[in-house]
Amino acid sequence: MNAVPLVTNETETLFDSDEMVLSMGPQHPSTHGVLRVVLKLDGERVIDLDCDIGYLHRGAEKIFENRLYPMIAPYFDRLDYIAAVSNGLLYVGTIERAMKIEIPPRAQYLRVILTELNRLASHLLWLATHALDIGGFTVFLWAFREREEILKIFECFFGARLTCHAFRIGGMSYDAYDGFEAQVRAFCDTFPARLEEYETMLNENRIWLGRTVGVGVITAADAISLGLSGAPLRGSGVDYDVRKTDPYECYADLDFDIPLGENGDTFDRYLIRMEEMRQSRRLVMQALDKLPGGPIMAKVPKVIKVPPGELYHSIEAPKGELGLYLVSDGGTKPYRLRVRPPSFINLGALRKMAVGSLVSDVVAVIGSLDIVLGEIDR
Amino acid sequence: MLAEYLPTLLFLIVATGIGIALILIGNFLGPKRPSPEKLSPYECGFNAFEDARMQFDVRYYLIAILFIVFDLEIAFVYPWALVFRELGVFGLIEMGVFLALLFIGFIYVWKKGALEWE
Amino acid sequence: MPLELLVEWTIKLLIGFVILMTTVAYLSLFERRMLGFMQMRQGPNRVGPFGLLQPVADGLKFIFKEDITPLAADKFLYVMAPALSLVPALMTFVLIPIGGEMKIPFIDRPIALHVTSVNVGVLAILAMTGMGVYGIVMAGYASNNKYSLMGGLRSSAQLVSYELAMSMSIVGVLLQAGSLDLVKIVANQGGWGGMQWHVFWFQPLGFIIFLISMVAETNRAPFDLPEAESELVAGFHTEYSSMKFAMFFIAEYANMVTASAMATVLFLGGWQGPGVAQLPLLGPFYFVAKMLFFLFLYIWLRASLPRLRYDQLMDFGWKFLLPLALINIVISATVAVVLL
Repeated sequence: MNAVPLVTNETETLFDSDEMVLSMGPQHPSTHGVLRVVLKLDGERVIDLDCDIGYLHRGAEKIFENRLYPMIAPYFDRLDYIAAVSNGLLYVGTIERAMKIEIPPRAQYLRVILTELNRLASHLLWLATHALDIGGFTVFLWAFREREEILKIFECFFGARLTCHAFRIGGMSYDAYDGFEAQVRAFCDTFPARLEEYETMLNENRIWLGRTVGVGVITAADAISLGLSGAPLRGSGVDYDVRKTDPYECYADLDFDIPLGENGDTFDRYLIRMEEMRQSRRLVMQALDKLPGGPIMAKVPKVIKVPPGELYHSIEAPKGELGLYLVSDGGTKPYRLRVRPPSFINLGALRKMAVGSLVSDVVAVIGSLDIVLGEIDR
Repeated sequence: MLAEYLPTLLFLIVATGIGIALILIGNFLGPKRPSPEKLSPYECGFNAFEDARMQFDVRYYLIAILFIVFDLEIAFVYPWALVFRELGVFGLIEMGVFLALLFIGFIYVWKKGALEWE
Repeated sequence: MPLELLVEWTIKLLIGFVILMTTVAYLSLFERRMLGFMQMRQGPNRVGPFGLLQPVADGLKFIFKEDITPLAADKFLYVMAPALSLVPALMTFVLIPIGGEMKIPFIDRPIALHVTSVNVGVLAILAMTGMGVYGIVMAGYASNNKYSLMGGLRSSAQLVSYELAMSMSIVGVLLQAGSLDLVKIVANQGGWGGMQWHVFWFQPLGFIIFLISMVAETNRAPFDLPEAESELVAGFHTEYSSMKFAMFFIAEYANMVTASAMATVLFLGGWQGPGVAQLPLLGPFYFVAKMLFFLFLYIWLRASLPRLRYDQLMDFGWKFLLPLALINIVISATVAVVLL
């Protein structure tokens, strides 16, 4: 063909069109809070993008430096407010490691049950909002139905639905309420059928596949070099889960699988989180079966002082590897607490994933990264 | 004959009246508390980077051009469909040739990539 | 011009208008209740029994909201746009026949249950629904907002693309009916005891194409890209508030009603059905039932399907529906010739 092509696939087009700079967020329905993404668009195509964060910055890490160790714990839950239990687990776990406190098994199992339930709640919220971003209005409300069941359990256990807090340095501040086990089991019995309902709505839906397969692809090498963790990392096929590589609490005694993706696209990340929900349910059931009796609190000094030194401890939070770097000078307050927020680091991959795709894909990719701004901005 | 269109005209007047009335009602009965922020264009809480009226992607324009071509073709097919029974096999072949030409053009446009958004 | 006829038209106009506005108002309630039902929640049920007064409350609320015109907007176009999108949406209803001719008490001649019937009915309706896109593009442009602009552009390209497939899918019906007059098209489907509908009589493919494009033409899920709230916030009506927003809303729902009515007339035999020949009064009930089926379908789709991406939408329209519609014309014509 010798004729001059009307439109070529290169960036050179016969007609020139202006680039449009569009500010998406912080007041936008699908940036999951107060994320601001500045998009440079050519028509519908994203040429470049930049994330602007910090709208929810509270100076949490600085505040930690001026609080006694026990006082930090409830504040820590406010980082990733969707998964407050995981945050609490990380904080108390770090201090316990630093102080070399052995926690009674009952407390460990209770912690695992609650953390995994929290992972379910977090993943359900992710599924709901991710589906809503792509236009699946019904899945949004269905997922909230299940999340409500979990929040009811939390309400009974913690007295709070969102900022759950019962973990103390050295164990639990109180034991499970009467009927806790029955309530959790009832939830676990109904949950797989509900999960299948979502999958019927989405897994073979051609529109859903069209919107997610091949969208926001990231290779395993890129995922590692960007420091991703959680589903965005495992979606690319990298087998890394802190619960397996560096087991904390009683995860080593429990049997569960780590789902892995192949293509590293939005659809793989979706499948992984769906499978993770099944695995979480499995973990909850196992932990309930094995739940030992006994005390829930180890012997802890009255005044908590962490021996001088540095320590990094991380757990597998619903969003990825949530880490805490503790520097102690031996006093009653930490010298420095530095959080490794998985959402923040995963968000760094947005540019790599979304540049070159369409505006609608940016929304899908943000959804599949599963970020929470409370954790990013701290 | 033309009288049948009169109700359409009547309804046009009525509908336009309703349209104007609704705009006026909203304008008169609603409160009026303007502020610079409220009157600025919405861009997620930020001042717009630049004016929204700019040159935009040429592909929208291409679609419009293609639409005109195909819409004109439909304008030919409609009358043919109405008198199809009188024309019979001859009309079918004639229209077959016409549609075939159009289809070739359509494939050409497709192969040229005018329908691609990539 | 006989005065009698003028009075008849005026009465029909008023009745038609009231019916349309009521349908639109209650369609919004119907949609919210049905969605609620499908999504395991209640939907609005507080205003009046079963929430039946909700549309009234909504209307009042719209009226007493502040009407904002952004400073950067093109004032004239900004104000015109909602009217331009509402007026054609309301007008199309004039041409919809909801029933055949029937005797009505106290009137000595049979009355046809349509406001008027013109010999180019299908074209007139296509022309009027095609007008709607101007309102949307104007709104997008006049708002001087990038989300609105993108919504407007998306909408224009989408409506234009799917209008082609829709117009072509109708050709098959025209081949059968041999007329653009909606009344004659319905009359043509009266065979088989009122069941010889075009959807059964050689046009199932045309029906499916029409159904898909009609959803796209009315900007409804899964083709609701012009107002995709998770991407474009609210698309072309982002800047609109108060009654002006309500007008876009009414226009969208009126378009849904019209599209459902068109689908009924063209493919599902309009008011035809078993027993209509003996009892013409059944006609309007059949018509409404069929229309409700399509309206329910709209809601059902919205509850079940995610949203397409823009390139997928255009690909689907141009590379799938359009060739399919062309093929449908060829098949229909060949079949018609063979049967002649």
